[in-house]
Amino acid sequence: MTTKPLLEARDVTKRFGAVDALRGASFQIFPGEVVALMGDNGAGKSTLIKTICGVYAPDSGEILFEGRPIGGWHPKAVQALGIETVYQDLALAPDLDTPANLFLGRERLKGGLLGALGVLDKSSMRAEASRVLTDLSVKIKDVNAPVNNLSGGQQQSVAVARAVTWADKLVIMDEPTAALGVPQTQAVLALIERVRESGRSVILISHSLPDVMQVADRIEVLRLGRRVAQLVTTETTEEQIVGAMTGAWTQEVAA
Amino acid sequence: MTTDTLDATDTVAAPARRRLKVPRLLGSATDITLILILIVAVFAVLDFSSFFTAQNFTQILINAALLLVMAVGATFVLITGGVDLSVGSVLVFSGVIAGEVMQWLGGEGWGVSIAGIAAALLAGTAWGCVNGLVITKLRVPPLIATLGSYGAAQGLAQIITNGNDLKDVPSELVDTIGFGRVFGIPILVIIALVVALIGGLVLWATRYGRRTYAVGSNAEAARRSGINVDRHLLKVYAVAGMLAGLAGILSFAKFGTTTLAGHATDNLNVIAAVVIGGTSLFGGVGTMIGTVVGTLIPATLANGLVIVGLNSFWRDFAVGVVLVAAVYLDQLRRRSRSSR
Repeated sequence: MTTKPLLEARDVTKRFGAVDALRGASFQIFPGEVVALMGDNGAGKSTLIKTICGVYAPDSGEILFEGRPIGGWHPKAVQALGIETVYQDLALAPDLDTPANLFLGRERLKGGLLGALGVLDKSSMRAEASRVLTDLSVKIKDVNAPVNNLSGGQQQSVAVARAVTWADKLVIMDEPTAALGVPQTQAVLALIERVRESGRSVILISHSLPDVMQVADRIEVLRLGRRVAQLVTTETTEEQIVGAMTGAWTQEVAA
Repeated sequence: MTTDTLDATDTVAAPARRRLKVPRLLGSATDITLILILIVAVFAVLDFSSFFTAQNFTQILINAALLLVMAVGATFVLITGGVDLSVGSVLVFSGVIAGEVMQWLGGEGWGVSIAGIAAALLAGTAWGCVNGLVITKLRVPPLIATLGSYGAAQGLAQIITNGNDLKDVPSELVDTIGFGRVFGIPILVIIALVVALIGGLVLWATRYGRRTYAVGSNAEAARRSGINVDRHLLKVYAVAGMLAGLAGILSFAKFGTTTLAGHATDNLNVIAAVVIGGTSLFGGVGTMIGTVVGTLIPATLANGLVIVGLNSFWRDFAVGVVLVAAVYLDQLRRRSRSSR
């Protein structure tokens, strides 16, 4: 790992009233890497992610993206850097079809007068959507059907595909497989690998050790608002990870 | 996605592609269009010579025109998952404002008429903005916010007129909007159909329409994807108010009076028409063709029942039955679709 990190959090603190959500948390991810962010409930995973995407501003510490400090930026400015988040609860519009969901909030308009009137360029969006889905090998049974007709796995695939469409650099996934069955989980994990193959980095928040072991290059563990371990998946056992999450084992260099 | 093959069960949408073109154009309004055709067929069989004439159909359209104009706005509102109970009162209020403005300007001539039209549209838009602001800024639920402006607009209209209907309409307006025809089609009907056509195109083809569906389907998802949900809702209620204002000046021109007491149940008739047309009360689903059909069903029932010699009170009964049946059919379809 001699290259510069794509994204780095250094000693980030964040307080909510009397609660210290982050007490000097650090995090690193390199280009083309899948890093699992693990930790028990309340360890600060979600707070750290929300601080990275601009939902919260850090009280102290730094967030560096490609060496540039982005802590406290507006979420839209962070998105514009090529960072997208897939939320746990999907955030799709269930009554809209797949292309409409991929382009939600970023609808493409026709050129000329029609575009000035706000007329959508549906065919171009449909073509782009099918290109993205093909690239990711996602097969949607009927892209013109409302997404609530799709299975949970397919809906999650649409959500991931949307993030990938707009994220040039980094996709953050908050428990993408939490609500899924075994085959759908495998589909999403395969999707994560294809995102990595496309050269983008993925931060994967997950409680599922098997998922993490299967797909992550590295694992960073948070406990009580601090990083307690930086592990390379191939050199790590599940016991070590659980130990780090529960506090039975701490890696001295990590903090 | 080879690992996703267990999802073979969710092929419910596939038969839709094999359906005929016409049902696809009508979308969720297919069932209700068949019901309208059935109603027309029954009346045609009962009394063909009186009912099944161009003249009578024109009369039905005239009777439905005002409701249709308001229903176009209500379609947008319901698709966002909201409701607008204020439309009938805003219609009256806008008519009153237009009447006062035109009286003040002298009461005759095209300039005065256009000022009246503008005043009605502005008054309606103003109430729409009030609704939108109360809903988005004060976080009052649409049902209560618009129930409030339903009372407030009606009250203000009565205060301004002291309870006496205004009756001075410029002859220019009466001769055109009121009773004028182009190629035998009443101008009132043309205006209503043009409004519905534009509304349908906006809903189906534009970003504004797409975002209306998105907001009603999942407001949080819309927000996270960068859509300014509050601003969009404000626009939707403003347009609904503006259309109620348009209906106000149309009504004034057609009836020659501000009909202070005549629109207390418009809001419910409008909602019934839109819902009969397949728009979901829960938001996210609806079509303008459905709204047109849903507006025509009560109008056709009212007209046909009188022609075949039944008391027109039967209309209310029949519309009630159709309303419940339409929502039941919609629920059935939804359940069969989302059970996977």
